[in-house]
Amino acid sequence: MSKNRRFNPDRDVNPWKGAYRPYDIAKEVTVCFIVVALLVIVLSALFGSPDVKSVTLKSWSNADRVDFATTAIAELDGTSGTATYGAPYNNVAGSGQKVGPVSLVNLMGVHIPVNPSADFVINPLTTVTGQPALSKALATFKAASPAQQAKWEKAYEDAVAKAKVVNNTLVVPAGPYGPVGVLIGELTSMATSGALDTSIINSSGFYSTDYTKSLLFVADSGYLANKGAAEHLSGDQWGMMNGTANYPGQPWLWLYTLWYQVPPFSTSWSANADALVWAFMMVLTALLFFVPLIPGLRSIPRWSRIYRLIWRDYYKGRV
Amino acid sequence: MFASISLALGAIFNLMGSGHYIHWGFVQISVANLLVIVLMVVTFFAAILIPFRHKSGGKS
Amino acid sequence: MTTTHDAPPAYEPLPEDADLWTAKIRRKLVRALPPDRMVPDRQPAYLSSWIYIFGALTMSALAVVIITGTLLALEGPAWWHLSTVGLFVNSLHLWSVELFFFFMVIHLWGKFFMAAWRGNRTLTWMTGVITFMASIGAGLTGYLSQTNFESQWIATQAKDGINAIGAGAFFNVLNFGQMLMWHIMILPLAVVALTVLHILLVRTKGIVPPFEIASPEGGAHADATAETAGVEG
Repeated sequence: MSKNRRFNPDRDVNPWKGAYRPYDIAKEVTVCFIVVALLVIVLSALFGSPDVKSVTLKSWSNADRVDFATTAIAELDGTSGTATYGAPYNNVAGSGQKVGPVSLVNLMGVHIPVNPSADFVINPLTTVTGQPALSKALATFKAASPAQQAKWEKAYEDAVAKAKVVNNTLVVPAGPYGPVGVLIGELTSMATSGALDTSIINSSGFYSTDYTKSLLFVADSGYLANKGAAEHLSGDQWGMMNGTANYPGQPWLWLYTLWYQVPPFSTSWSANADALVWAFMMVLTALLFFVPLIPGLRSIPRWSRIYRLIWRDYYKGRV
Repeated sequence: MFASISLALGAIFNLMGSGHYIHWGFVQISVANLLVIVLMVVTFFAAILIPFRHKSGGKS
Repeated sequence: MTTTHDAPPAYEPLPEDADLWTAKIRRKLVRALPPDRMVPDRQPAYLSSWIYIFGALTMSALAVVIITGTLLALEGPAWWHLSTVGLFVNSLHLWSVELFFFFMVIHLWGKFFMAAWRGNRTLTWMTGVITFMASIGAGLTGYLSQTNFESQWIATQAKDGINAIGAGAFFNVLNFGQMLMWHIMILPLAVVALTVLHILLVRTKGIVPPFEIASPEGGAHADATAETAGVEG
């Protein structure tokens, strides 16, 4: 620090030469702790805490077999959200949000490989034994050319749009979808029985603490999106700061979720909104971090004069 | 025994119903979050406005 | 008694021991963190507002967060779904977190409007901001560790933002085990260490004096130089 730097009231202070008064820090901390602990107990007794049961592939498919089959065919034919996501899950040309010319997600590359058609559909079906029709359909599908597979998949997609549920069974109108009808039908049965949950979670062994694949599958559904929207949790509902039911959520995220609601983030920048909002929040966080060093910003407290209220005892008698 | 204690301490007001939300232009906020934020602002101003009494009494 | 120590040393430190690493560390510690500065009996007379207790309130809430989190850890992450006691402990944990942020933000507002970074207190401000950010991370991973619908929803939503900046490759919010570890090990350690550092800085530098204005005895100190500035206390 230069010795002769001019005194800046927003940066420098003169040594305190005034009076000191007894102040019991230990007592302050103890009383604060007791008050806070009591407040926490009272709030918990009054309001408790929310616990909305998780969605499983089983509960989702039982609640809406058509939505499940619609999502499953999108996983198989590579049109689902996960299949078209790109890094860090898979390679998809043209994917990946950008800040200006830079796509950080693509720079990091594919680190958590997820192949929806194999991981969510084909591999789980392959674990099923003792079902000749399924084995035959799988063999036919695997032996077909990609072009033939795509034709069947497209035909099933069209048919499932008119599907119904009769007596808790998925009924898809007939169509030229070859073995795909058996595949998705069996996958739906697997899901409703709960076997699909186990199959995907245990695909890496008996123990699992990683739910990446199951969560990506469920997140592709219309079911989860509707459930989230019903709880006001969607991104365009300021959902990031909301909790389930009537509980306060993370109100400290208000600024982060705000940007998703306003132009240009919500309009012309929406394709890259996540990356741009993050980048913008990092700039704002840096501003908060460097407030003490930023001329103008660090003068706001002095200009606001709120300090005159805080230290009014001290300023009493001063003009 | 623990169960009966915690039942006695269970939530008195059930907040598990469907959430209450306020819409104001593009602003959408849950009543719970709004309450928290309003309380924060109120507490802040209360903290700087309510006179702070020194136990040792003396005005400096 | 004028000494700040309760018990007298068993021996007087001897000059020939002064080169021992231990002695050097002790001298450095005592110089950097003098006990009467760390736990002082008196505060400058301008400490006269309730806004000053919000640091202690934040710290208290953090203590309750850690105690209740430890209780939850005793029985594991799924306990609170199955037990009424567990649910109550979870409620304690949730509300202590809400209060922690509540008090911390008011503390932040107060310190901002006092421009509490003045007089070489920049690092105190900065450690505070980083603690806030680390706490937000702890909050997020906490929501992800609930193992319920809210965790599923937040994980599948948060992944897009975190992926978009390239962090998703190594910080996978869909990986429950990883998030639980961050929530109960890495981030609490960071928040507590940052809080300790923050409090040591606050105690070493003392609380920031009010803005200078014309005092009864004379003019404002506008012509003072930075030579004297910042060595307050």
